Formats: sequence, structure tokens, C-alpha cells
Amino acid sequence: MNGYSDALIWGIIIALGIGTFFLRFSFMGFLGDRQLPEWALRYLRYTPVAVLPGLVAPLVLWPAATGGETDPARMIAAFATLGVGIATRNTLWAILSGLAALYLSLWLVG
Amino acid sequence: MSDMTANGTAPKGTIRAAYWRGFRHGLPFLLVIMPFGLLFGVAATSAGLDLAQVMGFSVMVIAGAAQFTALQLMGDHAPVLLILAASLAVNLRMAMYSAALTPHFGKAKTWQKALVAYFMVDQSYAMAANEYEAEPEMSRAEKLAYYAGVCSPICPNWYVATLLGALVGAKIPPEFALDFAVPITFLAMIGPALRTLAHVAAAAVSVVGALALSFLPSGVGLMIAAVAAMVTGAQVELWVARRKAVRE
Repeated sequence: MNGYSDALIWGIIIALGIGTFFLRFSFMGFLGDRQLPEWALRYLRYTPVAVLPGLVAPLVLWPAATGGETDPARMIAAFATLGVGIATRNTLWAILSGLAALYLSLWLVG
Repeated sequence: MSDMTANGTAPKGTIRAAYWRGFRHGLPFLLVIMPFGLLFGVAATSAGLDLAQVMGFSVMVIAGAAQFTALQLMGDHAPVLLILAASLAVNLRMAMYSAALTPHFGKAKTWQKALVAYFMVDQSYAMAANEYEAEPEMSRAEKLAYYAGVCSPICPNWYVATLLGALVGAKIPPEFALDFAVPITFLAMIGPALRTLAHVAAAAVSVVGALALSFLPSGVGLMIAAVAAMVTGAQVELWVARRKAVRE
């Protein structure tokens, strides 16, 4: 991978592995039976929807594969994935619909 | 069940039954895990990671969303600290799961808790939390067996799927637009997570913030947007609760 030495990549993998393990072990392992305060739980609830949409938005609007130019086929696929995910509450259906929409619109447009 | 003792032991038969019940409950998730793992293997290989590194991710981290986050930010040449911060932020929900499982496993042996922690994924947590709530009579041994049962079809196949993806990934031509498999997997996780107005508001702030701050070095704008989005989610939740209380 460009820009990172092999040692650095392994460093990232191991740090992420250890960090994730401690998040998983945290309360069960160290707190015993104590409970998290309500306000902390309230913030934790929103971490996935706070990080993932911001991560994905530029990838949808400015895809690297087209040199950063907005691509109708990829936009259609993105909206299909999101729409099906909201409607069905099912990750698998959303992925399959997104891929179907992507290939269909790439085939129609390109 | 009256044949259980208070210290959490149970006859072998009920433990075995709990394991297989968990196994059956975990089985359908193969349909999610296999394509998701395959995609990670493909995406990580085409991003230039070697086979050991790709497998290292899936074995040491076993958390799809965080693995994809790290991969994406590495592709953007983000600084290492930001890669770790963003990926661990995606995994913060695991701390919430850990807190929720504490009443069940807080007094288990440390090696048991370590195993429960290592195999804690969205699916194993969700199934276990449902089962323990529906069957409060379960002993700790049965709960552990059930948990192991749910993990058995899911976690080993996460490694297998990653390996398959890594092996075929290099051979898939660019016409298949697999670059877009990563955004699609993220979007497919976001859709079902938009459960309440607060979740939608947090997601909107995250998107607007990340796009508006995209001129900053890679990863920095995302972190700022994510913090703003978390605060938004929490505040909207409080606001909705207050309005509801006023109306009632």
C-alpha cells in the first residue's frame, strides 16, 4: 500500500486489534457489575451514525475511480442501497440492491 | 428450570441444548458475513495489502465496519493517529455491548470474559441480548454456551470469507467497479441504523460536516464532523424526550 511501510501497516493492524479488544472487554472485564452513566450511553448510541455517513459521503460524491468526478451510476447505486436499507432494515438486501443498481446503471449509462 | 444451582452450573444436556440453539440462531447471519468478508478481502487486496495483512485485519480486529474505515483512510493517506481514532470510534458501540453484557458475564472467569470479548460482534451481541432477556432463567454456563453457539457459524467464516476475497480479489477486473463495493457496504449499514429522528439528525450533521470540512487533511474533517454528529444525536434525543414528556 502506498505511503505506509509494512511495519507501519502491521502497527495499525495490531493497535486496532488491541484497541478493539479493550473496547469489547472494557465494562465486562473491569467494571464488574457497575453501570455506565446515562449520558455516556447516550453519546455511545450515536457513534456509528456519526462516523460512517461522513466517511461515505465524499466516496459517493467524488469517487476515486472516476478521478473524483461525480458519476451518475455510482450515485444511483448509493441511493438504491440507502433506500433499500431504510425500507427493509436489512443490510444484506441493501448490499445486493446496491450492487444490482450499480451494474444496471453502469450497463445503461456506459 | 429447577435443576440449576445458584453458582451457575447446569446439567450437560441443557448446556449442549443452549449451544445448539445459539448455533441455529447464528446460522442465518452467514448470508451477511460471507459477502461482507469477501468484500473486505477483495477491497484490502486491491488496495495493496498482502495476504498476511488482510488476514491480520480480520483475525485481530474482527469488526467489519472498523476494518473498512481503516482501509478507506489508509487509501486516503491519512495520518496513523486519525486512522486509529476513526476506526476505534466506529467500534465504540462495542463498549456499549460490553456494558450491556456485564450483568450476565461480569462474574464469569477472566478467560471466559476474554473470549466473549474477542468474539463480540453486532450479531453475537444482538442475539445474546435478546435471548437472555427472553429466558431470564438461563444459568451463566448456558448463557456462555448459547453465546459460543451463535459465534460458531459466524466468526470462523469471517476469516474464511476474507481469505476467499483476498485470493480472488486480485483477479477481478476494474470493469466490475468493485471500488464502489466499499461505499455500498457502508451505506447498507447506515440505512438500517437510521432508527429515530436523532439517528437521522446525527447522520445528516456527519455528512454535511465531512463534506464542508473536506479541505482539511484527510481524516481531520471527519473527526470534527463525527463529534458534532454525536452531540447532535444526543441532544435531539433529549429534545424529543422532553417534547414527549410535555405532551403527556
